[in-house]
Amino acid sequence: MGALSEKNALIERPRGAGKRRRAPAGQRVARLAILVLVLGYLVVPLLAMLEFSTRGDLDKATNTFPRSLQAFAAIFTYPNLVDGILASLQIAALTVFGMLLLLVPTMVWTVVRVPRMRRVIEFLCLLPLAIPAIVIVVGIAPVYQWMGQHLGSIGGSPLTLTFISIILVLPYSYRAIDASLRSIDVATLADAARSLGAGWPRTIFQVIVPNIRGGILSASVLAIALVLGEFTISNLLSFSTVQVVIYLLGKRDPYVSVAVSLVALVFAFVLLFVISRFAPGADTSTQRAAEEPA
Amino acid sequence: MTSTISSPAETGHGVAVVFEEMHRWYGPVHALNGLSIDIAPGELIALLGPSGCGKTTALRALGGLDVVDQGSILVDGKDMTHVPTNKRNMGIVFQAYSLFPNMTARDNVAYGLRLRGVDKDARNKRAEETLELVGLGAQSSRYPHQMSGGQQQRVALARALAIEPKVLLLDEPLSALDARVRRQLREEIRRIQIMLGITTLFVTHDQEEALAMGDRVGVMNAGRLEQIAPPAELYDRPQTRFVAEFVGLTNRVPGKADAKTVSVLGATVELLPGSAERGDVTALVRPENVRLTQAKDGTGRVLAVSFLGSLCRAQVAMRDETIVVAQMAASDSVGLFPGAVVRVGVVPAPVFATTD
Repeated sequence: MGALSEKNALIERPRGAGKRRRAPAGQRVARLAILVLVLGYLVVPLLAMLEFSTRGDLDKATNTFPRSLQAFAAIFTYPNLVDGILASLQIAALTVFGMLLLLVPTMVWTVVRVPRMRRVIEFLCLLPLAIPAIVIVVGIAPVYQWMGQHLGSIGGSPLTLTFISIILVLPYSYRAIDASLRSIDVATLADAARSLGAGWPRTIFQVIVPNIRGGILSASVLAIALVLGEFTISNLLSFSTVQVVIYLLGKRDPYVSVAVSLVALVFAFVLLFVISRFAPGADTSTQRAAEEPA
Repeated sequence: MTSTISSPAETGHGVAVVFEEMHRWYGPVHALNGLSIDIAPGELIALLGPSGCGKTTALRALGGLDVVDQGSILVDGKDMTHVPTNKRNMGIVFQAYSLFPNMTARDNVAYGLRLRGVDKDARNKRAEETLELVGLGAQSSRYPHQMSGGQQQRVALARALAIEPKVLLLDEPLSALDARVRRQLREEIRRIQIMLGITTLFVTHDQEEALAMGDRVGVMNAGRLEQIAPPAELYDRPQTRFVAEFVGLTNRVPGKADAKTVSVLGATVELLPGSAERGDVTALVRPENVRLTQAKDGTGRVLAVSFLGSLCRAQVAMRDETIVVAQMAASDSVGLFPGAVVRVGVVPAPVFATTD
């Protein structure tokens, strides 16, 4: 019996087996410090914006600013601001639509039919990163001037910025979609779909697109964030997008200006949350196989 | 429950396929060099060859996934050479896992039927039955990432079969699987293929697979069909040196040819058609046709003996330094050990001979 117990003792689970090893105390403190620093770096400006934008009128008796949401409420009292927000949201929506329409079929087609062109497409899509905004404006200003003169109200609409926005978001959107496409065997999936009777539109929209959903969402969120944050080109071309209006408003009513910026940031956070909520692991499922018998 | 999986007679499965003088170039590479094959209705042809020999190109051309530069493809008498893939009604199982990751096994199998406008209930019923056919009836709600490689390939087979294709194309579907699963699955594929009587083109570089599954096996080399024949004929009566060397194991033994026969290892045996017929030649002798007899005056010395279960393989060095491999039943190998002196002979089976 004693021998058996001894034998059992030999095959007992070692203490702590299967548990995650705890990092040394010094390392844990360092991690915590870094986390606090990073969070502080990110959160402190937001708290400062919140503090500033929620200041009410000065209470002369106490010489303090009572908390008030009047700056947020005032957002909708500035017609230019509302128009700017609406214009930016419309540009963002059109940009996402145009970018997806341009990139997804092109990239899928490139992967499936002309893989040797992949590098060329990549180069073209990344090119806007290397061109300063001012150069783009100088180059494209005559086109906008012509549109303003010959296309009437359409030519002068801020929505025409969509064309530039699509170009500006290409590098980021391309990368997001490309990463998704690389995580699945697009060529084989397309061959399989086509052999089953699908034409190219069905192959792309019923088979490929659902499997690169994560990349498409990422590309869309990046595009929206970039469009909502774009200032230089809109300002130089004299279009009243949200950033331009915020800038102008900042000179007249800094409280409302900061309130709008804060709302825009919160909107971006919500978008990021949406992407992390709806796109987790959507593109990696093909590569995993359960350890089960055939 | 009434099965909706139709027999060949009902669906027109088992159509004839003809490749006529197909050529395909990839730049300077002549991937298909005048490939012609007649496939009988319901036949399973295994195309075998080394990497880059053109076997997958031929399969993809039949499936419409690749074009041919010259020649034509007839299916059931109709010219399909320029018909797009999605109009050919061919079921393809690919080497890579090709299930749609966003769909369950059932939805994958039903997808082809959905494209054909079959209503949801009918297509789901057919999908379940086809999954049952490949032994995965209980897995229909699983997603590809929840299945093993073998299961995924079964679903891919079910998906290809569900559309009742004219021809089933199998592009090395077992090559990513482990040996045990591969053997099991190839037997199932063959069983189902015979049951449905569907004309099948099976591409593989694994000769055991090709010989085990094919009604006929076509050996390809550099875009050309070297030989196409039933497995036993291909093995026993190769028509070219490439086939003789590529299929199975062969010993290269010096001999002397004289018209229709060759003297090799002390015996005179018949030469196969296409062999070199005069002078000093190299005879290609199968290991199982080599006979070893223990004898003190023997001309060979055993170098190594390998036990392979029911078989045994011995490596023998001849006096002229030629190495000969002999294969025999394990029960016949008693007394064979490294260093043993043996007499080496051949059984009177026809051999192929070359001059190089």
